[in-house]
Amino acid sequence: MSELLKYPGMSKVDSLSPEEKAAAHTRRVFLFKLAVGLNAMVGAVLAVPLVGYLLGPAARKRSNIGAWVNLGSLSNFPVGQTRLADFRSPMAAFNDGETGKTPCWVRRISEKSFQVFAINCAHLGCPVRWFSESRLFLCPCHGGAYYEDGSRASGPPERGLFEYKFKIAGDSLLIYAGNLPTLSTEASCRQKPIVQIESAKPAESASASMPEVTTRSTTWQG
Amino acid sequence: MAGLKIYKWLEHRLGFIQPLKQAAEHPTPSNNASWWYVFGSAATVLLMLQVVTGILLALVYSPSANEAWTSLNFLNHNVALGWYLRALHGWGSDFMIAIVLIHLVQVFLFGSFKFPRELTWMVGVVLLLLTLGMAFTGQVMRFDQDAYWGLGIGASIASRVPFIGADLVHLLLGGPIIGGATLSRFFTLHVFVIPGLLLAGVAVHVLMVLKHGVSDWPMPGRLVRRSTYEREYHELAQRTGLPFVPDAAWKDAVFAAAIVFSVMACAFFFGPFGPSGQPDPTIIQTAPHPDFAFLWIYAVLAFLPPSMETPVLLVAPVLAITGMLLLPLLAGEGERHWARRPVAVLSVSVIAVTLGIFTRLGTYTPWSPVMDAWSGDAVPVKYMHNRSPLEREGAMVLQDKQCRDCHSLDGAGGMRGPALDAVASRMTEDQIVRQVLQGGGNMPAYGNALNPAETKALVSFLMTLRGNDLQPAMDASRELLRQSRMDQTVGTANLPAAAAKAGQQK
Repeated sequence: MSELLKYPGMSKVDSLSPEEKAAAHTRRVFLFKLAVGLNAMVGAVLAVPLVGYLLGPAARKRSNIGAWVNLGSLSNFPVGQTRLADFRSPMAAFNDGETGKTPCWVRRISEKSFQVFAINCAHLGCPVRWFSESRLFLCPCHGGAYYEDGSRASGPPERGLFEYKFKIAGDSLLIYAGNLPTLSTEASCRQKPIVQIESAKPAESASASMPEVTTRSTTWQG
Repeated sequence: MAGLKIYKWLEHRLGFIQPLKQAAEHPTPSNNASWWYVFGSAATVLLMLQVVTGILLALVYSPSANEAWTSLNFLNHNVALGWYLRALHGWGSDFMIAIVLIHLVQVFLFGSFKFPRELTWMVGVVLLLLTLGMAFTGQVMRFDQDAYWGLGIGASIASRVPFIGADLVHLLLGGPIIGGATLSRFFTLHVFVIPGLLLAGVAVHVLMVLKHGVSDWPMPGRLVRRSTYEREYHELAQRTGLPFVPDAAWKDAVFAAAIVFSVMACAFFFGPFGPSGQPDPTIIQTAPHPDFAFLWIYAVLAFLPPSMETPVLLVAPVLAITGMLLLPLLAGEGERHWARRPVAVLSVSVIAVTLGIFTRLGTYTPWSPVMDAWSGDAVPVKYMHNRSPLEREGAMVLQDKQCRDCHSLDGAGGMRGPALDAVASRMTEDQIVRQVLQGGGNMPAYGNALNPAETKALVSFLMTLRGNDLQPAMDASRELLRQSRMDQTVGTANLPAAAAKAGQQK
């Protein structure tokens, strides 16, 4: 490369006539353009790994994000109650520290029926809090409110709470967690199911404070 | 004489001392040697302060999710004068945003963005955005609860972009969750990328100011025309010109010193910002809020209807920035003086008042439930005097069911819903029952959370709340209905008697 770019020598050029200078100039200009082109090519090839590195986090396959994590024994979650649980995100890296921890709300509807809600408000991701007496999730940021089944009650959210997929393995509750739940990276891949609240029957003795949650409104309205 | 020799030796090799001197002493029209022209240089001085304090903080700060919060507390408490450096950097940031905004408003109202300084304005708009970018990424550096949830808000906004939302979230966070990778990339932005762009942008901005000269003081009726402006400006500078240094620059220097001293005083008396709680997402007893400069956005986000949110979030910033960039191209000629530009003055006033109101709202977030009002603020005693047992039971229900988180009594409690002090003078019993059980108008339905006995007690208590003994709300149609029924039973002959009876019943 240096050969191509090497300036042929001042004295030699100075002794040339203008026409000859122009001729020489043309050759050098050609070589210079060639060299610029060469650099452009090298730059383009170099850009591939650089841009690839930069876009790495977005290029990750969706199927590689997420894993089943254990929320602990089923006995931690009494039927009819909604409780805060937390787990270490399966996506947490060596340097995530405390931020690798993730809280979630576990609502046990019946023996085998759960709803596991992301902590993040569907509006802008702030941590929602459960108020067992008013049976609402409230968001401290902009006042989003959700009913106990996660559906939108009021405020700026345009949808209900994000839900994790769950399964029961032996005595443990497992959820499928991966992304930070947002509108485009939901906790669950499926549509929000319609929850049958009637199945709370077996719990009545265990949780006396909320026995007939299910039919009250209709009774009253009737 | 040794000094002169050293100077000559240096200048012979450097070659730019003399040109710099000439640039500093360039003639500027005497009418702009004004206190109104000091904000740009003050912003530059604040940028230098931020660079210096930032470098000093980086000596101790650890940009790792594991250690960042601890290293900030270490700076605050264990490093000699660490608290003061943090305070200088934090207050310097607030001052810089304020001065940059004042500079922008001054340039806008003086019409200084017009020909031939269009590009200077556009670069200035980019510098404003970079300054705000520094403020946002700086807020993340203070890796506390607000930073953590602020990143969540940023990710949630990015996730609203159609099609590439998920990829944007991953790019923003550096992975699927907020964590070490997120802090690292915001650190890179905050100390390498944005400062580099900012310094380069300031250089271009200042070079253009030198090339075109500081704009002359606007006069009503003196129009900017592409064909004549530069000649007129040149003549003015020749005729009335003063050397910029020192005849105009002494004001810049005095103002810059005053501003830096103000930063020092605020840092000394008010101290550093945070850090607040540790960035542990499992600590959910937190009410995240952004730094002062972004409070107005935080407030706007509370008021957008759900259906408008995504379009407004994604389109409004693009329109606003494009509008600001295109402004000098659309209005590059004509009047400069504010007295002849009512739309400009009106725009600035409306925008300033709007930002002020939203920022004010952002400081006390009336839209948010007060999460501990139900257990912290008791029902005022005066509302319990002479109440029946059922009504007192209702007051208990009001507290227990967390109504106070959104509704205030005697000024204590949430402001999300209306105050209940005089609710019975606005709503009838039937209306209250319906509102409580079915919700509506931004209130959740409580049909599932209240049994009939609780509802009865609650409503009977609410019916006693009539402010300073105002008339209870009445259902006018019900009264008419009762009268017409009586008319039917008693018969039309005894109409006066029926009316009297109705009056007694009432």
